[in-house]
Amino acid sequence: MAIRVLRAGMLTTVQDLGRRGHRAAGVPLGGAMDAMALRVVNLLVGNAEDAAALEFTLTGPELVFTADTTIAMGGGDFGAVPRWQPVRVHAGERVKFGAARTGCRGYLAVAGGLDVPVVLGGRGTYLRAALGGLEGRALRDGDELRAAAVSRQIVDRWHLDERMLPSYSAEPTVRIVRGAQAGEFDGALTTAGFKVTSKSDRMGMRLIGPEMARRDARELVSATVVPGTVQVPPDGQPIVLMADAQTIGGYPQIAHVISVDLPLVAQLKPGDTLRFREVTLAAGQQLILDRARALALLQAGLVQKMR
Amino acid sequence: MTLTPLGDSAVVVALGSGLDETGLRRVRALAEALERDRPVGVVDVVPAFASVTVFYDFAQVGGYERLCREIATRAERVATADLSGAARVVEIPVCYGGEGGADLADVAAQAGLSSEDVVALHAGSAYLVQAIGFAPGFAYLGGLPAKIHTPRRPTPRTVVPAGTVGIGGAQTGVYPLMTPGGWNLIGRTPLRLFDGGRHEPALLRPGDRVTFRAINAEEFAAWR
Repeated sequence: MAIRVLRAGMLTTVQDLGRRGHRAAGVPLGGAMDAMALRVVNLLVGNAEDAAALEFTLTGPELVFTADTTIAMGGGDFGAVPRWQPVRVHAGERVKFGAARTGCRGYLAVAGGLDVPVVLGGRGTYLRAALGGLEGRALRDGDELRAAAVSRQIVDRWHLDERMLPSYSAEPTVRIVRGAQAGEFDGALTTAGFKVTSKSDRMGMRLIGPEMARRDARELVSATVVPGTVQVPPDGQPIVLMADAQTIGGYPQIAHVISVDLPLVAQLKPGDTLRFREVTLAAGQQLILDRARALALLQAGLVQKMR
Repeated sequence: MTLTPLGDSAVVVALGSGLDETGLRRVRALAEALERDRPVGVVDVVPAFASVTVFYDFAQVGGYERLCREIATRAERVATADLSGAARVVEIPVCYGGEGGADLADVAAQAGLSSEDVVALHAGSAYLVQAIGFAPGFAYLGGLPAKIHTPRRPTPRTVVPAGTVGIGGAQTGVYPLMTPGGWNLIGRTPLRLFDGGRHEPALLRPGDRVTFRAINAEEFAAWR
């Protein structure tokens, strides 16, 4: 089964849940910016949650499917097909996604998963090192992708309980836990809103808002960072590190966005605003367990309806 | 030893050791012990400077406190284990100056030295890999002689080719990928510091000893 790319969209890449086990070599985790959306759309078409799917950015692609298959779209709303449910497409059918009406990034899973080689334990595209995905690059007009041929489809009418999804919004409140240097700053991230700037990308979301002034001017020894780390360069404007973040950073770490709220940040467009709210580490970790349980229930429920 | 959370999916084990060969060996020994005998739910182990960061999938670890105890137990065993293994020594050939090292004369001028002196100092010193990170395969090297410490350039270049050797402040290193960069460029190596197709994609590992050897343009060309 092939997928022809008539129009690639603004920045469309193959992504999965990232590369584990290679951070010691400086290789970022990578994978979907909104990992929750990717997990859900994969489950909706009967794939493993970490199968390779497409990530759209701001403008979606126009695709033709060469055989009957099942797809599912999630994350931002790019039109063309309803989100968060399996959709049957037929051989020769053309699906034209538009600009994002809500959110910033869309995820399109295809039954069987996209068939690209595994590089360093992942199928996702890491553009900076031209690694993984389709030849290490974003899709271009005229590309062709392959997916395993599977005849899976959903038997009954079926809807996702959307309460399991992140509370997507153009002005979300994002929960954080304290970072190693949280105590060295005058002012807190939680006192005002921050705006997302256009300099944001898959490495980091650059924010603009009240200046976070560090009392201690000592240079830090560089330290490991993780997607979600909020670091503050000398200009006092925070950066939320995202999927393609470097593995080590030299700026002070004021906070970390909790894992379950990172998708909310991934879906922000330049100009959107967010607020931060502090929670305990235990609270953040409990939310990870809750989400894992919701995904397991979704998967179990779908098995009964898949043929 | 202290354990500090890094968000809700990683914990930093700080050993409090120095960035000398013994300290780095301890860091590496703990990382190896954690790789060999991974606590349940651990997905990645990263030695860097005087610490080891342990990444975990919280849905699999069965409690944060328990994970920390398991890490501490392994760390104690390492502390008493034999740490006398010799460091690897990696020699990096460098064609200094010329097109690949456009800032060599600037570095020399700022140090009040000749270009030849800068090369002799840079290639005549032994370096230790303190961490790999920032970019894939990028090595943080300790051991640059103070005489050739040089501030970063006021305006970063938009393109620095892979393999370029630079000096940024008290640090020296090799750009593993073509990226923008603000360091002073003094030469270029034909070696690939990072190759996603290799079993071990990064050429260097924390704790390695590194030396640079001057080669000429013909040798550089022959290498490629």
